[in-house]
Amino acid sequence: MAVDHVSFQVEQGKLFGFLGPNAAGKTTTIRMLTGVIRPDEGTARIFGHDILREGLKSRQLMGIVPEMANAYVDLSAWNNIMLTGELYGIPKSDRQTRAEKLLKTVGLYRRKDQLVKDFSRGMRQKLLLCMAMINEPKILFLDEPTSGLDVESQRLIRNMTRELAENGTTVFLTTHNMEEANQLCDSIAIINHGKIATIDSPERLKSRSSGLQSIEVSFSTAVDIKDLLTIQGVTDVRKLGDKWRLYMENPSEGIDALVNFARAGNAMIISLNTLAPTLEDVFLKLTQEKEKGDPYGE
Amino acid sequence: MANSLYWEQFKRSFAIAKKNIRIYYSKGPVIIFGLLVPFFLFLSFYIGRNLPVGALIPGLLGMTAFFTATSVGPAIVPWEARAKTLERLISSPISLWAIFLGDVLSSFLFGVFVSIFPMIAGVFVGIEMTNLLILALAVVIATFCFASLSILLSSYPPTDTPAGVMMISSMIKFPLVFISGVFIPLEDLPAWGKTLASISPLTYFTDLAKLCMQGTSYFPVELDFTVLVMFTIVFLVLAIKIHERTMPQRL
Repeated sequence: MAVDHVSFQVEQGKLFGFLGPNAAGKTTTIRMLTGVIRPDEGTARIFGHDILREGLKSRQLMGIVPEMANAYVDLSAWNNIMLTGELYGIPKSDRQTRAEKLLKTVGLYRRKDQLVKDFSRGMRQKLLLCMAMINEPKILFLDEPTSGLDVESQRLIRNMTRELAENGTTVFLTTHNMEEANQLCDSIAIINHGKIATIDSPERLKSRSSGLQSIEVSFSTAVDIKDLLTIQGVTDVRKLGDKWRLYMENPSEGIDALVNFARAGNAMIISLNTLAPTLEDVFLKLTQEKEKGDPYGE
Repeated sequence: MANSLYWEQFKRSFAIAKKNIRIYYSKGPVIIFGLLVPFFLFLSFYIGRNLPVGALIPGLLGMTAFFTATSVGPAIVPWEARAKTLERLISSPISLWAIFLGDVLSSFLFGVFVSIFPMIAGVFVGIEMTNLLILALAVVIATFCFASLSILLSSYPPTDTPAGVMMISSMIKFPLVFISGVFIPLEDLPAWGKTLASISPLTYFTDLAKLCMQGTSYFPVELDFTVLVMFTIVFLVLAIKIHERTMPQRL
């Protein structure tokens, strides 16, 4: 079973992140919501329209950037956008005006008559975004929109996504990139093995994550990971290059214990920073604890 | 309200047809099965036989309409499934029937356009075409019927390999041509041959073409048209129903 009793609500005009490891059920959820596959049971509404009983009406409100690039490679960029516009019933003059504006925004206007088969991955992704936005959607589904793109293209797509959300478009984003989710999303759902592990805002997710606060420290001499794990309050230790990251419930108390540990071992502390948990820490903790059958905080 | 919804969907079918025309008319299998096969089949039948060329034009017209109108349709769905563009269409606000109507329209237009050439050839070899209205109506209805069959041919098995579908559809198309009275007049066939011929839609179109080009037909005109319309409805309904069932396996 790809997804199992997934339930969530996305507020209008908000940017909703859908995070999960590979094969967690992210794309399956998007494909169900966009009418590509039919759920075995359950229901979903897009702006009040049932996706099964009012499929045409719900799909009319959507724009979709799917995970697999699927523009028509034997058509030009312009004809791909025109076709999408026609499928959404947009009048010709509006289609042309919007297409010109969108292609100029993503820097593809000069190549509008080129066949898509000659486009790079980044160019295709930008084109897919234009196709998704030609109907000025009320909700935009983005499935891994920046995956495999260069930094410039990633930034362009993120900025466009942010602007859309600011202008009232609801955005449903799946991504593997935690920093992307952290920067863009108003709220985040983490899905694992087809079930929602948690839904919250990025900052609340981080603040709820006791045991994920950490101290990053480097010593003048080599230390053993086993010795670091004996320090009072330390729950986990990871080596990051020439540094160690020590996870603990209360880093302020941990600093004293760490200084005592260094003194006892005649090691000098070269650098020491306290760190708040990252979204990646929260994600890994949630997905790994789910693996162990211990749903975190739920 | 309902009418405007259907009209809106119908307009989107034209967008699908336009896309198909741009992409698929120039594909290799379409050219081979739609243009070259009927031409060489005609030559292989004609060369070495002492027949007046005019007597063969109705058969050539029948084969051309049949092969061209059934050459685009079978390729589209598997091609789009493989290219992941089918998923884009399914997630667009267009009904499944409207997508397939668009596919039928593109096959139909290809068939009608190419069918004009054997008719021009008929004029050049001195065939006097009577009942032009009947001939035009026959070309339109029969080509639409064959185009509907082409969509049915791609409905099962739900593969994403165009060559596989083309092969399977050839296994159905060639027998339908051979039993249809294109090569041997229906009146010369034995009883079992006539019965067999009656299950091919091409039989009725060739019969109408003979009426308009040679002045005689085996079946009454009304019967030819009625059977062609019934074949069209059956092909369309079956194609859409089977595609609806098999679509999840393609996506």
